[in-house]
Amino acid sequence: MSDVQKSDVQISDVKQADVLSAPLVVEFPFTRSTGPVIGAFLTGLRERVVLGIRGSDGRVLCPPAEYDPVTAEELHQLVALDGTGTVTTWAWNQHPRPYQPLDRPFAWALVRLDGADTALLHALDAPPPDSGDPRAVRTGLRVTVRWAEQRTGAITDIACFEPLPTTTAEEGQA
Amino acid sequence: MTSIQGAEAGAEAGQGSRRDVAVVAFAQTVHRRSTDRLSEVELVLPVLQDVLKQTGLTTDRIGFTCSGSSDYLAGRAFSFTMALDGVGAWPPISESHVEMDGAWALYEAWVKLRTGQADTALVYSYGKSSPGSVRDVLTRQLDPYTLAPLWPDAIALAALQTQAAIDAGLTDERALAATAVRSRRAAEANPHAQLRGSADVGELLEQPYEVRPLRRHDCPPVSDGAVAVILAVGDTARALHPRPAWIRGIDHRIEAHQPGVRDLTDSPSTRLAAARAGAFDAPVDTAELHAPFSVQELILRRALGLSDATEVNPSGGALAANPVMAAGLIRIGEAAARIHRGESRRALAHATSGPCLQQNLVAVLEGEQS
Repeated sequence: MSDVQKSDVQISDVKQADVLSAPLVVEFPFTRSTGPVIGAFLTGLRERVVLGIRGSDGRVLCPPAEYDPVTAEELHQLVALDGTGTVTTWAWNQHPRPYQPLDRPFAWALVRLDGADTALLHALDAPPPDSGDPRAVRTGLRVTVRWAEQRTGAITDIACFEPLPTTTAEEGQA
Repeated sequence: MTSIQGAEAGAEAGQGSRRDVAVVAFAQTVHRRSTDRLSEVELVLPVLQDVLKQTGLTTDRIGFTCSGSSDYLAGRAFSFTMALDGVGAWPPISESHVEMDGAWALYEAWVKLRTGQADTALVYSYGKSSPGSVRDVLTRQLDPYTLAPLWPDAIALAALQTQAAIDAGLTDERALAATAVRSRRAAEANPHAQLRGSADVGELLEQPYEVRPLRRHDCPPVSDGAVAVILAVGDTARALHPRPAWIRGIDHRIEAHQPGVRDLTDSPSTRLAAARAGAFDAPVDTAELHAPFSVQELILRRALGLSDATEVNPSGGALAANPVMAAGLIRIGEAAARIHRGESRRALAHATSGPCLQQNLVAVLEGEQS
């Protein structure tokens, strides 16, 4: 197209009805190796074990990282953690979006697992009757992993976190 | 290469590190919720023509061209090559692209000019978010093993950051709403902004939550838009603009990707970039901060140590128009334009990338020393 023709195009003249549309599915059909650290973490989840990794400064990172976030040093020392922890921040998701962990209202939470120094992002859902109630969630809440029934070696093997029952009882008395 | 470039390249190269680089032209689209009648190249072309007209340059007199955009918005690989039609890439030009906000394209161009490989540069970027759902598309930039499979959308991540700031006692929902009101009322004077004007704080706080504690006013609009900037060195810049906006320093730094590793209420990468850019050497009268969510302006103000003497986001900022991949470069352009108009002597511009202010760029711009 020459410059003259280009400048002759009057975009504002194009009618809305002239705009064509078609569905477009974007795919990245690649397979990846998850490596010795992420691979171990995902395999652990399949076996109901949460692994962290010891960083250069001795802090335990969970989820584990292959390289230290500050020094970039390669990390090796995996640490098995309990599936319990503490909410460090949260956000109430009243209208879950497609593919998110739960299809009913839930909280997003960063959870610092016991024995770890960093926090893991996941969904947080209280069992009935508190499910769907943001008043059941707060920063500092003690939580535990709810495992998915079918586990495949993925972060979604953690179905979500839920409040530790004892904590709920203590709060009820407070 | 033209005679101007040939002569200048020799003259400026002799000055070693004194190759000062300035913004000499800036243009942006009127940002809109949807531009489905425009292709990317049709979105970009008017701003490219605008900056060339401002300087009187033609594309054959541009030494280096660099752009920023995202294939994830366009939905196809190497989508930026289509937009190059708007530049006119024949005869062959020296060209590069970053899959980042255009502020990082400007950084690459600045390096080219500083190192004597060109005397003029055209930098542009664009984002057309309307064909998809950008808050969901942005989940694809997250760690593919521990984050992306959960689809935590952009608003959810910003909500976690906001709650952390509230828990730390740094702000509350009312103060955040006041930030949104101030930004969108400032945008009333900006003909390019998408959201201009705002209801009062009380009225905003009656609205439902999007993702608690964020309401709609705490979030940026979804915008289609484009921006272009021309950079030039030394006397070339002086010939192209009576008041060049000199880039006195520019630096960018990144933090760990996992949101749970970082203190979400602080931005140490912004502070470090600002220090390296010389931002703390003297006060700035203007700051254009790329803060798509209301809490992020507060976090950036604190990281940069800005006082009330600094006018923050007179353009309305990203809360008034947020064309993804362009909103950061627009901050540099807005800061430069204030200097061009004689409204600022020393301005700071900031751009961000990644979730919860993961990566940050700071530039310090000044008018001519008199």
